[in-house]
Amino acid sequence: MKWLAVALSLLAATMSAAVEPGEILEDPRLEARAREISSNLRCLICRNESIDDSNAELASDLRRIVREQLRNGKDDSDIYDFVVDRYGEFVLLRPNLKGANILLYASGPIILLIGTALCALYIRQRRKPSRQKDALRDDERERLEQILGQ
Amino acid sequence: MVNELGHFALIAAFLVSVVQGIVPMVGAGKGWFAWAQAAVPCAVVQFVLVATSFAALTAAFVGSDFSVSLVAGNSHAAKPILYKITGVWGNHEGSMLLWVLILSAFGAAAALFGRGLPLRLKARVLAVQALVGCAFYAFIIFSSNPFARLASPPFNGRDLNPLLQDPGLAFHPPFLYLGYVGLSMSFSFAVAALIEGKIDAAWARWVRPWTLASWMFLTLGIALGSWWAYYELGWGGWWFWDPVENASFMPWLIATALLHSATVVEKRESLKSWTVLLAILAFSFSLAGTFIVRSGVLTSVHAFATDPARGVFILAILGLFTGGALLLYSLRSAQLLAKGAFSATSRESALIMNNLLLVVATLVVFIGTFWPLAAELFFDRKLSVGPPFFEIAFTPFMVALAAILPLGAILPWKRGSIAGAARDLYGAMAVSLACGALAWSLQTGGGMLAPIGFTLASWLVLGSAADFARRASGGRAGVPGSIARLAGLPGAIWGKFLAHSGLGLTILGIASITAWEVEDIRAAMPGSRYDLGSYSVEFIGVRELQGPNFVSIAGEFNVSSGGDFVATLRPEKRFYTAAGTQTTEAAIDMGFMRDIYIVIGDRQPDGGYAIRSYVKPLANWIWIGALFMAAGALASLFDRRYRVGIAAGASARARIA
Repeated sequence: MKWLAVALSLLAATMSAAVEPGEILEDPRLEARAREISSNLRCLICRNESIDDSNAELASDLRRIVREQLRNGKDDSDIYDFVVDRYGEFVLLRPNLKGANILLYASGPIILLIGTALCALYIRQRRKPSRQKDALRDDERERLEQILGQ
Repeated sequence: MVNELGHFALIAAFLVSVVQGIVPMVGAGKGWFAWAQAAVPCAVVQFVLVATSFAALTAAFVGSDFSVSLVAGNSHAAKPILYKITGVWGNHEGSMLLWVLILSAFGAAAALFGRGLPLRLKARVLAVQALVGCAFYAFIIFSSNPFARLASPPFNGRDLNPLLQDPGLAFHPPFLYLGYVGLSMSFSFAVAALIEGKIDAAWARWVRPWTLASWMFLTLGIALGSWWAYYELGWGGWWFWDPVENASFMPWLIATALLHSATVVEKRESLKSWTVLLAILAFSFSLAGTFIVRSGVLTSVHAFATDPARGVFILAILGLFTGGALLLYSLRSAQLLAKGAFSATSRESALIMNNLLLVVATLVVFIGTFWPLAAELFFDRKLSVGPPFFEIAFTPFMVALAAILPLGAILPWKRGSIAGAARDLYGAMAVSLACGALAWSLQTGGGMLAPIGFTLASWLVLGSAADFARRASGGRAGVPGSIARLAGLPGAIWGKFLAHSGLGLTILGIASITAWEVEDIRAAMPGSRYDLGSYSVEFIGVRELQGPNFVSIAGEFNVSSGGDFVATLRPEKRFYTAAGTQTTEAAIDMGFMRDIYIVIGDRQPDGGYAIRSYVKPLANWIWIGALFMAAGALASLFDRRYRVGIAAGASARARIA
């Protein structure tokens, strides 16, 4: 059903990969950092695309901003802060660890722990042979005897 | 006229489904034979009616009847015939009609081929199936009528979105729907079993083919979508953790868990109530997926608010069926007594681990998908949860699953020992670690992704092969004997081997494309030459092409390696005139070892073109792995022991013997 996603995203931008030749930084290490940062930032007018993947004009502007900041010697965290100040935390594809978001990150491990405990309890209980009655109902036993008698 | 006939048939199908939902259910409860019997003809008639309705809509698309609003909005007279047909489901209304077509097809199949089913169970299963159908017919008829006419028909249509005019995507929705809707069968069986208050090995055998089939279709559907994204979107991305993708991935994960837990019910009569719960959840996730896609609620809360009718309708269907089934579950599940005892190291325990990891992974995807909505509603924060989150939060579960899989798959039922099972896998373990080490030594720098991925991938493939070889040789026969035995091995054994090694192949592809992709972005002049990894690329030139409903700029590139010619690639940039949109058509030289992938972009001021070139190592194994998984499901489906048509008596005798 991806096609619908695409249909919707088309309203915002046409498809094709993003980084234009002219944008690339000379220093390959800085450029690698720029790509990494870009892939964590959302293109604000696209549907769930990073600015690294989008060719919308806004994404291209943001890519230039990221690279300019890198050239000025800014840290990754400075750049994220700068972008969040301007556009809000909506721009972060990897949610920050503030407030309720801690719950988002912790949910997997917490559910796993609870689940493991439940499974361990269940397995412990299943180790004893169950003391229930013969599970065949009367009509089933009759049918079984019939079949065996054939 | 044909159009109105289609509309009429749809309404008739709705009425039949109401009858099918009530009469057999009452009949099964009261023991009225004739009433319960009614389920079979109803299911067949319902299918015939929906098929008529679907055929009528297809006729409108093929005949370009632009007086039908849906055709005018989504088709074009100049469109190739294939895309006129696939255009039927390339839109909301038509895709919902496809949904009920498949739903009723599954119902009719169960009615016709489920001869071995006890009448009471069959009546209830078909009744539940009809109730689901009922809700969706109402949805279509009252809020998404595909047969609506236009008062003043246009001369030509607005065309189907060009991105959808592609074979990969044309068949992506039908496969996904076959999977989604197939899970309704497992759901119906689960609800019917809860009403009966009884589940046994026979029940698990009856549900098995339906779950297997829908899992197979889901696997293929997801793989098709991802493959399409890979070659069509223009930079070779194949998975984006988009809400719409997650919507199909969550039912797949739960269905995978369901397939495994159902084997425990079948072989050992344990995990019964858990299996029923999974069957309910699997279909609930399918409905939730439909809700996500159809309401657009996750694209933007505002999109939902502007046209809430459809979203609310599907949400109501979701709430009604999930809520109703879970209520029934809470009332009745205590009656589903487990029988077989097992120790902590046993196949049963291993399958519980499998279920635990799959379900937690699903919940992580679920929470991540809905978190932005929850954050906005409850904390007034507008935030995004994108691929970086899912990669951190989801991947560890899959790594753990892959790590324990071969060991768990070889453990005996009831009671086993890790050491005993590991003995058969020492070889596989050693070779896998060597593969990981090889991957590590091949790369210059780079993280642990490729080494870990290669270790896990070969562990899965070799571990499954070791298990398979053990089964095939039976410990005694020589090589010729083994080959004869291979053909005679039950389909389920083949299925297990194919599906598990398929997972390994997919992991192999993912690890190497992620870790080792080579990318080159440049502005190149026609006639120039550049290096791409170990390849040399010559940009020959650019031509203009005229397609049936598009114009296109096509570049031509010669790729060579060490002076030897490799391939000529012709990427295009297309402009669809009727829809007014552009698409990029990447040119890919596909291979088992690597794909060479070239995309042509905009013309630069100096007369050159923006060119993106990639070497994507082992990329195709992602989808070959998926094909293996689907083939595994197919092999399992053909296992004679589960053949649906076999008379009940024969299978009962076989089980007792």
